[in-house]
Amino acid sequence: MEPRRSSARPLFGALALILVVIAGSAAAFAFAAGWFSPQQLTGDRIVDAFKLPPGAPLGHRRNHAKGICFTGVFESNGAGAALSRAPMFKPGQYAALGRFNLGTPNPDAADATVRVRGMGLRIATPDGQEWRSAMIDPPFFAVSTPQAFYEMLIATASSDPNVVKAFIAAHPEFAAFGAWAESAPWTASYAEERYNSLNSFVFVDDVGAEHAVRWSLLPVAQVQPISPAEFAKRGPDYLEQEITERVRRAPQRWAMVVTLADPGDPTADPSKAWPTDRRTVEVGTLTVRRIEAERDGPCRDINFDPTVLPSGMRTSDDPFPAARSAAYAKSYDRRTAEAADYPRTAPGAKP
Amino acid sequence: MSGQRQRFTPLQRLLHWLMAACILAQLFIGVGMEATILPKYLTLIAIHKSLGFVVLVLALIRLAVRLRYGAPPLPADLPAPMKLAAHLSHYALYALMIGMPLIGWAMLSSADYPVLLLGGVRLPPILPQSDSLHTLLWGAHFCLAFLFFALILMHVAAALFHGLVRRDGVFESMAPLPSPREEVMAAE
Repeated sequence: MEPRRSSARPLFGALALILVVIAGSAAAFAFAAGWFSPQQLTGDRIVDAFKLPPGAPLGHRRNHAKGICFTGVFESNGAGAALSRAPMFKPGQYAALGRFNLGTPNPDAADATVRVRGMGLRIATPDGQEWRSAMIDPPFFAVSTPQAFYEMLIATASSDPNVVKAFIAAHPEFAAFGAWAESAPWTASYAEERYNSLNSFVFVDDVGAEHAVRWSLLPVAQVQPISPAEFAKRGPDYLEQEITERVRRAPQRWAMVVTLADPGDPTADPSKAWPTDRRTVEVGTLTVRRIEAERDGPCRDINFDPTVLPSGMRTSDDPFPAARSAAYAKSYDRRTAEAADYPRTAPGAKP
Repeated sequence: MSGQRQRFTPLQRLLHWLMAACILAQLFIGVGMEATILPKYLTLIAIHKSLGFVVLVLALIRLAVRLRYGAPPLPADLPAPMKLAAHLSHYALYALMIGMPLIGWAMLSSADYPVLLLGGVRLPPILPQSDSLHTLLWGAHFCLAFLFFALILMHVAAALFHGLVRRDGVFESMAPLPSPREEVMAAE
């Protein structure tokens, strides 16, 4: 009996040690996965905050859900090569694929009910590099930080007016966006909009010098303002009909203009426009040659993740692109899982 | 030492511990990047893709080395169910070491995401874009990550059980350095 008693205690100690190692590892894993910090923002939580109206169809993007595909070319004039060694800034023509869209989670929203219009764009070079971006037409963003954006989604979905008031009080930058939404002229065409990156990025040139930039696509088409009431009369899907007809008649063009920050400009806050006298460089022209309905179109399964960048471009201290990348990926995972709810109609289309 | 080897070869032990570090980092980075939208999200995802490729390459080398050199025999007195568990769990670990990086790569390909590694290396897509494949692969990558971690915990528990309770030489066969006991034995 003696030896057994003397070995029982080390055995118990060894088993206890094993238990502690395993439980500790599992707890560390749960901590890394954020299970102990349910308030922490994740891509899933941001996507959850976009509230679909009851009965809205599944299988669509969780925001900017209404849209139409385009294809065309980006023709670089070579001026961008002084700012970035990105291959699409060398003079030449590069394949462009994109999507005109409305800033709403509802794919069936009437055009006149949505203030923000956007463009997703992917420019690809023959060596397989890609520059993806998702731009919108306001001149600055509604809020300063991803956290504030999340709070905005929660506040605007709330039926309690005090929640909205509290949000506006806490985020003074939102008032400027409200003023833009109230006063900026409307147009009746995706072709007459200016699309802005709003987020800043860093261009790296051939010698490794870095330039903080934002970019915009400026319409070549004549801008013809229209009153919101007049625009509403044109019908709920006028923008898609109009751009389809317009591009069928003639290709539509935008000048791509890169704006360079001065030292001290707010690169981390897209709600702050840079002064209008900043140096700009026109780097090329986007030509939209063909419009296709999203359902069977080539833009449907593209995530216009703004952090998909070629060599010679990287994210800046602006926290939005990372947050957008995380949320867009979740939106993509969810809508592709719902593909059966948004079936393709073209013969021979992919399942 | 006569007859069969009592320990894995130094190359096998090096690969084991190197991959242990890489795989644990992968699992923690994987769940960590899903839990944040801060700028570190981009850094974590870039590391995850790159380290995943490293794990794939190391796992294929390891498989080849294992097929060439084999493994020391398990103790003769090990109960049959434990032997079976040891063999099955090792098949599963090899399958996951090779399968998880491939599933991740295929998952990105099926979503038409470019697969960019640190240092500007770009991997070609291994699947065409497909909503259904992406959904399947994403679900598999997610679920298998937790299975992988659970298997690793069982593997660690079993290794410690061999080393601390049974003291049957199985732990020492893969230990990074020879234990003092073994050195004494070698000197005798």
